[in-house]
Amino acid sequence: MSAAEQLLPAAGVGTEPLFAVRDLTRLYGPDKGCQGVSFDLYPGEVLGIVGESGSGKSTLLSLLCGRCPPDRGSVQYRDAAGDWLDLYAASEAERRTLLRTEWGFVEQNPRDGLRMGVSAGANIGERLMAQGVRHYGQLRAAGLDWLKQVEIDPARIDDLPRTFSGGMQQRLQIARNLVSSPKLVFMDEPTGGLDVSVQARLLDLLRGLVRELDLAVVIVTHDLAVARLLADRLMVMRRSRVVESGLTDQILDDPQHPYTQLLVSSVLQP
Amino acid sequence: MTNLIEVRDLAKTFTLHQQHGVSLQVLRGLNFTVAAGECLVLHGQSGAGKSTLLRTLYGNYLPAGGSIRIRHAGDWLELVGAEPRQVLAVRRQTLGYVSQFLRVIPRVPALEVVMEPALARGWTRVDAEARAKALLTRLNIPERLWQLAPGTFSGGEQQRVNLARGFMVGWPVMLLDEPTASLDEANAGVVLELIGEARAAGSALIGIFHDRAIREAVADRYLDMTQEDLAHAS
Repeated sequence: MSAAEQLLPAAGVGTEPLFAVRDLTRLYGPDKGCQGVSFDLYPGEVLGIVGESGSGKSTLLSLLCGRCPPDRGSVQYRDAAGDWLDLYAASEAERRTLLRTEWGFVEQNPRDGLRMGVSAGANIGERLMAQGVRHYGQLRAAGLDWLKQVEIDPARIDDLPRTFSGGMQQRLQIARNLVSSPKLVFMDEPTGGLDVSVQARLLDLLRGLVRELDLAVVIVTHDLAVARLLADRLMVMRRSRVVESGLTDQILDDPQHPYTQLLVSSVLQP
Repeated sequence: MTNLIEVRDLAKTFTLHQQHGVSLQVLRGLNFTVAAGECLVLHGQSGAGKSTLLRTLYGNYLPAGGSIRIRHAGDWLELVGAEPRQVLAVRRQTLGYVSQFLRVIPRVPALEVVMEPALARGWTRVDAEARAKALLTRLNIPERLWQLAPGTFSGGEQQRVNLARGFMVGWPVMLLDEPTASLDEANAGVVLELIGEARAAGSALIGIFHDRAIREAVADRYLDMTQEDLAHAS
């Protein structure tokens, strides 16, 4: 068997990545931060980043989404026109536009991702307005439609987010991000602050939306059950490095690295 | 007959770093092929590695060596060392896995659980729903349960929901891990019919069947997995 025959590309899978990360590094101290991270992400693919607190998950996420420049390494994104954009070679304005249109970011605490002083409808409409939609009827219709999609009563469209429960605020934050039809969404522990009963509902909603919208997602979580449910593949981080990566089922059912084995075997089975 | 899956020199070792680095060699030097419409039954006592083999073929376990080649979308694809997205594409289109255990997702109704493999392939909801309802009916899941999440169902009901899901779409290659275990005779009969239909449609089947009568009813060939020394610590 020739080497070329060994790995034929699978049909029905996008053959060009959406997002390419090479040797991404930012250190705050020895083994503090993240270093040497490389991966490709394809359209519709969900990548989970797992590891304990302080392993560098959140630092990596900030580097990936343009919030914090790396010491070295590159982040490249293939935009809707098919052109590759080097995130940290681009201007601040280009980065901001990307984050408001083709990308989304779901914060762990919805208060950090929502504008608490304006109505639910205005929160959802903001990205559309930034894209030049000015027609009130269109903005209103999008608001009502997205409230329904994230299972919030559309009658609440004029209410302020602070009158919503935590779970509703998180769903509103998701609607606010998805209204602009992003291709890539970053999520930082999106179910972290929620009650378990509310978590299940949110996870189910996210699973459905990811499939319907063919979203590529990078999700940071320390909850392996959340990772199993949402992620196609996982990267396990420890002390600033990726120690293991692969298919989610394989990482969780047959972890190879001593640290991953410890992580998986430490989870309590309810 | 065309082979749909070819396994060469497959090995699987577990290294347990949390338990003094004990190394268990569960599979080694496995060779077999399965053709369209054929059923290979794995044979060997408990602990011989039958389920381990199925999980390795499905990609849940990482092989220690060897080759697993599968006919996927008209070409041969090597699964050992394949990218996660390639494995997922194979699982969507080509390789099915039916076990007796349902992975319950909170809040998702039984009907949706069953429909999911078809929706993932782009079936319309109408078509998927019709097939899912027919399967749930055949497997004797009462209609009043269809819109409920299976978390609260009995073990047997969950197992039958999982079987309906497993047979929801046609799989060129199908892995069956004791699909009939603990089913009553009527339901086991239905599963036998479903297996027969999959085979007639050209699926290559690899299965574990504890029940002797069922094993003899479905097997074309056996793979003997008995080894002299199954596992040894090092």
